[in-house]
Amino acid sequence: MARERKIRVMVAKPGLDGHDRGARIIARAYRDAGFEVVYTGLHQTPEEIVEAAIQEDVDMIGLSSLAGAHRYLFPRVVELLREKGADDIVVCGGGIIPDEDIPKLKEAGIKEVFTPGSSLEEIVDWVKENVKPRER
Amino acid sequence: MAKTFNPNIFDDIEEGYKKWEKKLEDAFSLRPERRKRFSTVSDREIKRIYTPEDIRDQDFMNDLGFPGEYPFTRGVQPSMYRGRLWTMRMFAGLGTAKDTNKRFHLLVEQGQTGLSTAFDMPTLMGYDSDSPRARGEVGKCGVAIDTLKDMEDLFQSLPIDRITTSMTINPPAPVIWGMYIAMAENRGIDRKVLGGTIQNDMLKEFIAQKTFMCPPEPSLRLITDTVEFGTYEVPKWNTISISGYHIREAGSTAVQELAFTLADGIAYTQAAIDRGLDVDQFAPRFSFFFNSHIDFFEEIAKFRAARRMWAKIMKERFKAKNPRSWWLRFHTQTAGCSLTAQQPYNNIVRTALEALAAVLGGTQSLHTNSLDEVLALPTEEAATIALRTQQIIAEESGVANTIDPLAGSYCVEALTNQMEEEAFEIIHKIDDMGGMLAAIEKNYPQQEIADAAYHFQRQIDSKERTLVGVNKYVTEEDIPVEILEIDEELEKLQIEKTNRIKEERDQAKVKECLEAVGEACVANRNVMQPIIDAVKAYATLQEVCDVFREVFGIYRDPGIY
Repeated sequence: MARERKIRVMVAKPGLDGHDRGARIIARAYRDAGFEVVYTGLHQTPEEIVEAAIQEDVDMIGLSSLAGAHRYLFPRVVELLREKGADDIVVCGGGIIPDEDIPKLKEAGIKEVFTPGSSLEEIVDWVKENVKPRER
Repeated sequence: MAKTFNPNIFDDIEEGYKKWEKKLEDAFSLRPERRKRFSTVSDREIKRIYTPEDIRDQDFMNDLGFPGEYPFTRGVQPSMYRGRLWTMRMFAGLGTAKDTNKRFHLLVEQGQTGLSTAFDMPTLMGYDSDSPRARGEVGKCGVAIDTLKDMEDLFQSLPIDRITTSMTINPPAPVIWGMYIAMAENRGIDRKVLGGTIQNDMLKEFIAQKTFMCPPEPSLRLITDTVEFGTYEVPKWNTISISGYHIREAGSTAVQELAFTLADGIAYTQAAIDRGLDVDQFAPRFSFFFNSHIDFFEEIAKFRAARRMWAKIMKERFKAKNPRSWWLRFHTQTAGCSLTAQQPYNNIVRTALEALAAVLGGTQSLHTNSLDEVLALPTEEAATIALRTQQIIAEESGVANTIDPLAGSYCVEALTNQMEEEAFEIIHKIDDMGGMLAAIEKNYPQQEIADAAYHFQRQIDSKERTLVGVNKYVTEEDIPVEILEIDEELEKLQIEKTNRIKEERDQAKVKECLEAVGEACVANRNVMQPIIDAVKAYATLQEVCDVFREVFGIYRDPGIY
């Protein structure tokens, strides 16, 4: 019997915001949880993120934003995934995201949004429950 | 020189200590100590009690002495806050230049004595508002500056010949500074009278804050151009604000903040000396910028250690002779990363404690964070409370009545010594790697900070460390604070404004000026005057930065975690 493939996640920093403390901590926590992790590094355009996600064949993209540009950047990533027919890749996000933006982001296809004070455990558990290795 | 303590007191102290420890054991056998290990926010172990034994080798005149005297442990000026209080400098920047100008006028009316400018992400990265990379980010976390016109609107009718201005700008610092000088000159103000600071510290960008443009080496060269230009042309300007703030925000410990910041200062000093400048010509214009985190005594010790270390570095390592070169003058900001989104009003208290530590540490200027900064840009009301916090410390608490009141505290002195020793060890390690540029290329500081940040987060998650409202004393709540919204229309308006200016200017002149900037880059001539000429002709920020990117290349984040 084939063993189930490991979950492969991408942690991505869209836009110009340089706050990467959270993203890097999350990347480590995912790695420690046994996921395969791809970290894009900073200053990625939504186009670059989607292209890399498809190339790297990830199951999930975690977007991090702390400088207010999530309203444009997060939905743009989902939109591009759809255009490329890769919208089975789960997208979640986190960072400084005002509460009233969360429903709009979810409507746009962001599955979950984690705000300051979320524990690593909570963030890791969410992936375990909501992300399955994609069929390929 | 004489030791502070007479050596024959130590036998008695040791005996007393043993007796006390015995009593402690009895007490703890009934009720054990609250924790197995007591440590600071940086996970530095703290002893139960400190005595003269912990600082037995202290030599009062050599190690502490008097304010305004080497090694400046007690403060850089002889008079400190007895003469003049610290500058209350609140960072502000939002939306368009005109919006920020309004906030500046409000702050000046309320008694603020220095301005501090936050720029939006595209400006910080050297892109104009109409760049595809700027989509969704214009005016979001600061003010958008594309052309000289924006700079003129930003400082409209503010007394810039009297008020000092700090600008938090890094990769495009030469251009933004060039615009500021151009704006002043167009108002008839001589560049020689301008006072203020540009952050202009790229090393800490590679280490921590991560706004990049060109690779480390040419970045250092551009900074050295500004140091050289400032020395001869804008002598009252602080050309670099060597910053530990962002290093700490990225998750470093207090000692790492101290060591990496001073190591950056060493790299800038060496680069300017290699350019042929005399250390005593430029070093007095270097200033520093530290974080004030929540761990009260550790922070005070850090500020005191920083002053003493820099004095030694300048005097002994760089042979500076001018006492002003030995001064570590610093701005402080309270720790953004210590604030919590939960129960946000608690942030007022955190900020007050952190501000108090900065004042007891002898800061020259201070920004206090607003209670809502973890959620969004501060509202006017929140920013006012933050400023009032400083005014209460200054004018009600009495802590500014005497200079360096914690000197002689066994605990604070012991921590000061300990942090100095550990930070010098890290600096020597960086020296052995070949200096800070080489250390950055090896990802050494980046990795150390990532390790510390992860360690801290794990401690919070396991509740080994308490964050009130986050992992203890948690309440169900709707966040009750009002949030400042930035109008989404602003991006469009800003792009229109910049496009209008681009259409109306003398294109041939702009082209010629930009070529002159490029030639200066290639020929290793100072870029500052060509930049001032270019922005006066309304070349945009990005146009000048594109010249840098073309000549020097673009730096990409290595993406380590």
